[in-house]
Amino acid sequence: MSTHQDAIGRASGSQRAKDLAFRLTLLACLALAIGLLVVLLVDVALDGAGALSWDFINNFTSITADKAGIQAGLWGTIWLMGVCACFIVPVGVATAIYLEEYGDPAKWWNRLIELNVQNLAAVPSIVYGILGLAFLVRGPLSLGNVVLAGGLTLALLVLPMVIIAGREALRAVPSSIREGSMALGATQWQTIWRQVLPAAVPGIATGVILALSRAIGETAPLIVVGAVAVIAFNPDGLDSQFTAMPIQIFDWISRASNNVNDYRPLAAAGILVLMVLLLAMNGVAIWLRNRYEQKW
Amino acid sequence: MLAALISLLTTTGIVYALVKETIVFFGDVGLGEFLFGTKWTPLFGEPSFGVLPLILGTFATTLIALVVAIPLGLAAAIYLSEYARPRVRKTVKPMLELLAGVPTIVFGYFALTFFTPEVLRRFLHMDVAIFNALAAGIVIGFLIIPIVASISEDSMRSVPQALREGAFGLGASKFQVTLRVVFPAALSGIVASIVLAMSRAVGETMVVLIAGGQQPQWGADVGKSMETLTAFIGATAKGDAATGSTAYKTIFAVGTTLFVITLVMNLISIRFVRRYRQVYE
Repeated sequence: MSTHQDAIGRASGSQRAKDLAFRLTLLACLALAIGLLVVLLVDVALDGAGALSWDFINNFTSITADKAGIQAGLWGTIWLMGVCACFIVPVGVATAIYLEEYGDPAKWWNRLIELNVQNLAAVPSIVYGILGLAFLVRGPLSLGNVVLAGGLTLALLVLPMVIIAGREALRAVPSSIREGSMALGATQWQTIWRQVLPAAVPGIATGVILALSRAIGETAPLIVVGAVAVIAFNPDGLDSQFTAMPIQIFDWISRASNNVNDYRPLAAAGILVLMVLLLAMNGVAIWLRNRYEQKW
Repeated sequence: MLAALISLLTTTGIVYALVKETIVFFGDVGLGEFLFGTKWTPLFGEPSFGVLPLILGTFATTLIALVVAIPLGLAAAIYLSEYARPRVRKTVKPMLELLAGVPTIVFGYFALTFFTPEVLRRFLHMDVAIFNALAAGIVIGFLIIPIVASISEDSMRSVPQALREGAFGLGASKFQVTLRVVFPAALSGIVASIVLAMSRAVGETMVVLIAGGQQPQWGADVGKSMETLTAFIGATAKGDAATGSTAYKTIFAVGTTLFVITLVMNLISIRFVRRYRQVYE
């Protein structure tokens, strides 16, 4: 931005000193924010590196800290993500298609749905936990504190993210594609299913992965729907009790804070495993976005 | 396309679930006692159901978080939007967004095992309890910096270049242009980012549950434990409350309070953005 540099050159001396001080303050603030991220990661890595081993991944949790591992949490998380994905992909995509391709924004109920999706995205995650507790675990569905209830609770939590990402992906498909398809005699449904949707898949997939990476780290709603912290088996079905990585980590942190300090490295090691999974998912999302990015 | 109805059903479900049990709760406890009582001991032998200490705890941690996040987040946004070269922006912004993607339980761990003992006690020599509202609030502040920074930056960058050039043409310095032209023009987006960050801070659970402690406090000693609305729900639900028990009902009553607070904030934010949005061609 060379024009701006010239403009600064013309300003008076005291103005220039003020400019410089302001600029340095801003830079210091930014450095502090980024520095925090570094300190956070280094602190966890230093605490957890010692406890990280294949035994840690292969063992169940235990009352003796040096035998404890995260296997039940890892499999619990994988099951939860599976349930979550099976729900958010069809429902999220269908809602996005409806709002983007069929819904007439002039109709009041479509505006209501839209406003509603925006508002849902800002509801605290623990409130979704309460919803899961009242409707899925007990009450009408009475599933109990099982994988299915936990996965669906997380799915409802991240559904607005998928809908919003899906709508953006559909909107990015130019209308000339739709018109071309219709002109060749395709029905609206054929146009959406064979032309618009395939073109929007990379964007939708990115949204779904990002939604899952949000769900994978969520702890609070799972606490409320009753994930069990001390468990020594992997889930063997949708109606199995479960734990999840964040729950396991939370349990170890609680033990560490009651001065059982052996559990602190375990918690940190658990966080490392979780962060690696998360970074991998984010990496895939970014790769998808770059690989299939289309310019129309 | 009935799928769209699921989002409506979710909202209805949330409201219905909360309201139903909350009504049952108020069958046992007077509304006045709940809203204006200053003692929260629902699970004691002689229970007392004043929710004010929990609300105070929530606002104390949120306020501390905002004091940390607003200056840091806005400074980062101004730097990235007005000063940074494009290459710097392209590397730094994803890093900030990465910070936003870190699960909150990690921040809780950080607050409890690093921030309180190392920073507050050893480095700043503060006499704080191991579970305290100050550390929880500051760490929530870190957690919401990316929200403030990212949305504010977007809104400052969308201020048209012509406004900046006009101000430079009148002889303004970069500093003046940034603070007196760009900043006011982007105000609606900036305020929206702050309100959004605030509702995140109010609803944040894991950090306060891990590092904020579970002693409700009717006072302003942030060096001690202050229980928040979310921490109470988390701690009570962890104990696997039986359906129909007092503990079970309090979860819903406190949840309703939380839901109403965040809903009001969202509506204010939407209102504010609509009212002050500047439309440029």
